[in-house]
Amino acid sequence: MKQQLIVSGIGGQGVLFLTRVIAQAAVNRQMPVLTAETHGMAQRGGTVLSTIKVGDFASPLIRAGQADVGLLLWEANLPVHRSLLRAEGRLLVNAAGAGEGQRIDASGIARDLGSAVLANLVLLGLAIRQKALFCSAGECETAIRQLAPVKLADQNLAAFRKGLQG
Amino acid sequence: MTDKDNQLLMGNEAIGQGLIEAGCQVAAAYPGTPSTEILQAVIDRAELAPEPLHIEWSVNEKIAFEVALAASYTGKRAAAVMKQVGLNVAADPFMRTAYLGVKGGMLTIVADDPGPHSSQNEQDTRLFCLQARVPVLDPASPAEAKSLVPVGFDLSERYEVNVVLRPTTRICHSRQNIVQQQPQRLERTAHFQKDPTRWAATPAFLPALHRKLNQHLAEIAREPGLQPQLTPGNGSRPRLAMVASGIVYSHLVDLLEELDLPRCCDLYQVIMPYPMNPDFCHQLHRAYDRVLILEETYPVIELQLAHPGAVGKQSGAVPREGELTPDVVHQVLADFLELSPPAELPAERRGQRPSLCPGCPHRAAFYNIKACFPKGIFPSDIGCYTLGMNLGAVNTVHCMGACISQGAGFYHAYAQDGEVPTIVVTIGDSTFFHAGIPALINAVIQQARIIVVILDNATTAMTGGQPVPHMGIAAGGKETRAVAIEPLVKASGVDFLEVCDPYDQEQFKTLLQQADAYTRRPDGGVAVLISRHGCIMDRAVRSGQPAFKISIDEHCVGCRKCVEAFECPALSMDPISGKAVVSQDRCIGCGVCIPVCPVDAIGKEDKA
Repeated sequence: MKQQLIVSGIGGQGVLFLTRVIAQAAVNRQMPVLTAETHGMAQRGGTVLSTIKVGDFASPLIRAGQADVGLLLWEANLPVHRSLLRAEGRLLVNAAGAGEGQRIDASGIARDLGSAVLANLVLLGLAIRQKALFCSAGECETAIRQLAPVKLADQNLAAFRKGLQG
Repeated sequence: MTDKDNQLLMGNEAIGQGLIEAGCQVAAAYPGTPSTEILQAVIDRAELAPEPLHIEWSVNEKIAFEVALAASYTGKRAAAVMKQVGLNVAADPFMRTAYLGVKGGMLTIVADDPGPHSSQNEQDTRLFCLQARVPVLDPASPAEAKSLVPVGFDLSERYEVNVVLRPTTRICHSRQNIVQQQPQRLERTAHFQKDPTRWAATPAFLPALHRKLNQHLAEIAREPGLQPQLTPGNGSRPRLAMVASGIVYSHLVDLLEELDLPRCCDLYQVIMPYPMNPDFCHQLHRAYDRVLILEETYPVIELQLAHPGAVGKQSGAVPREGELTPDVVHQVLADFLELSPPAELPAERRGQRPSLCPGCPHRAAFYNIKACFPKGIFPSDIGCYTLGMNLGAVNTVHCMGACISQGAGFYHAYAQDGEVPTIVVTIGDSTFFHAGIPALINAVIQQARIIVVILDNATTAMTGGQPVPHMGIAAGGKETRAVAIEPLVKASGVDFLEVCDPYDQEQFKTLLQQADAYTRRPDGGVAVLISRHGCIMDRAVRSGQPAFKISIDEHCVGCRKCVEAFECPALSMDPISGKAVVSQDRCIGCGVCIPVCPVDAIGKEDKA
């Protein structure tokens, strides 16, 4: 099993946390995983991109047209990162309006839960509901519990389930 | 294997874990992307160390290097950690260390930033090592970076030389499953064997030390464990070879797999790009007509190979600038192997530019500096506050601490002609300690008339909040003596010193005007204004200040001033109404934007 994923957003949206949750799910399966993340100045509200490669890979980066799944937390990044996705790749977008890919108003749902930053896990829930990822809902929940601060674990799981149930 | 042994670690965390496992007892660093998380990982794992471990965020990289160096003189293992341009700051001790050597293992970990992603250049530490005559290891994955830590210490101890480990951004900030091991217990006690002919070597002793270094380098080049690793080809292209190092080697491996070309020709991974084994070079000259060389960022292997059939940066076949991403490698490989060219890449599009955070105290300072002196000259420096350029309040950014000296240089050049614009220098608190103090003393004694605004947010913000000397906190939250900024400024000979919270915008502007008047008085000179407000990323700062609900009413005339001149990411223009709107997701309710609006359309109310 091999899967290449991108997570795209802007600094402050929890792109890194979402990246770690997905990668942790692979680790828990004893699968090799590589990620590449954006740190430094771009994290101050600029466009950030993570790549995740699950399976037998050597490099953490993804060539144009090779990603199987794109998780976009910031719709305006579509023109920037769209080209990384395969023609038949799965695209999941956090957006309130209609458009390309499978969409969910993850920020709106997250706001109702008390914090817009939870949009990352709402979008993950949608990706699992659409069977776009290598892992199951239970595996994501385990990874979220492992990585979320204890105080916030329930809120994080609630966000994930909102996306999962639609 | 238990879950605890096999963890998902970032390359920097893997290196930090490697330092602990290898028995490192003194680790010193100055933060800088992409290296920062290495020392943080050592701090986070300090209790795994079976023996005493001193960890410090040093005031700058030169100091970090020298602290680690002397610790190594006592026979203990030590590491200095920095980003690539930090090595420029540490260059002086680094160069001499090559001749004098070390005792206990000394590892200098220098993180390069091909691209660059978060640096002022994309210099190659491997080339620096060639010039300094220091062995350098170039890992191709986070796991390999960790495994090279004990290898580097071992090499360092056997030859008594400093060894450099050079990860790049894609190693530092990649995560991978990493196997952890039990930390080594070395049981060493500090013992400094005095030897003035070495540790205080005068020129009389240096030729002999240099000779010994050269002998060691010749031996190190032939170290069995550090030779280029060959993956033999299938014989279909017998006179071709590929040579790669660092993360580019990994990109190449994946690419060959994806193109169904594994073993298309002999492939070498270079682990130690300097010193290179001359036998390897001779063998490549004999065995191959054409050799593709892939490395970041300068042609260090290519220069040493000097192969007549080299296909690389020197020959122009490989881009000389920027990161060698898998897409770039694909293009190069297609040319080298005469494959069908990859699909044309869409023109690279830049996403959202970074901005100072909503509520950032630097924004309040920059906005008012620009408002007070629209025609001023604004030298600035390295840190979050570089983003003041979005507000037009940063005109130069060069290297750590340069802004004060540049401000003085601007002054002297203009003063020769008579009219001097107001020169407002902005420097962060951490940068001020790092390299600003000698520059301030120099500006004072050279009688420059400039305003220096020290943007004191009580942390090293850009790299994630490392401690600064005036807060009385050392690595890991340990309490220490605080060294305040004000007495340092006064002792540097500055007679105009004021402190102000930039959120108090009227007072801040008043002080800027007073500072300007002071620089123009007959007895005036350097004026210093400390702009003091904690970093808004710090939760305690956020919860300790009032937060209002900010809204924009119908009086907005769509002038864009709050969006452009003030540039808060929580404010944007609604494309339909043409009026400014507040993103409640991003606004922290500081209210600093309220006086910015020329028609008083921004209002605040207490949060429900």
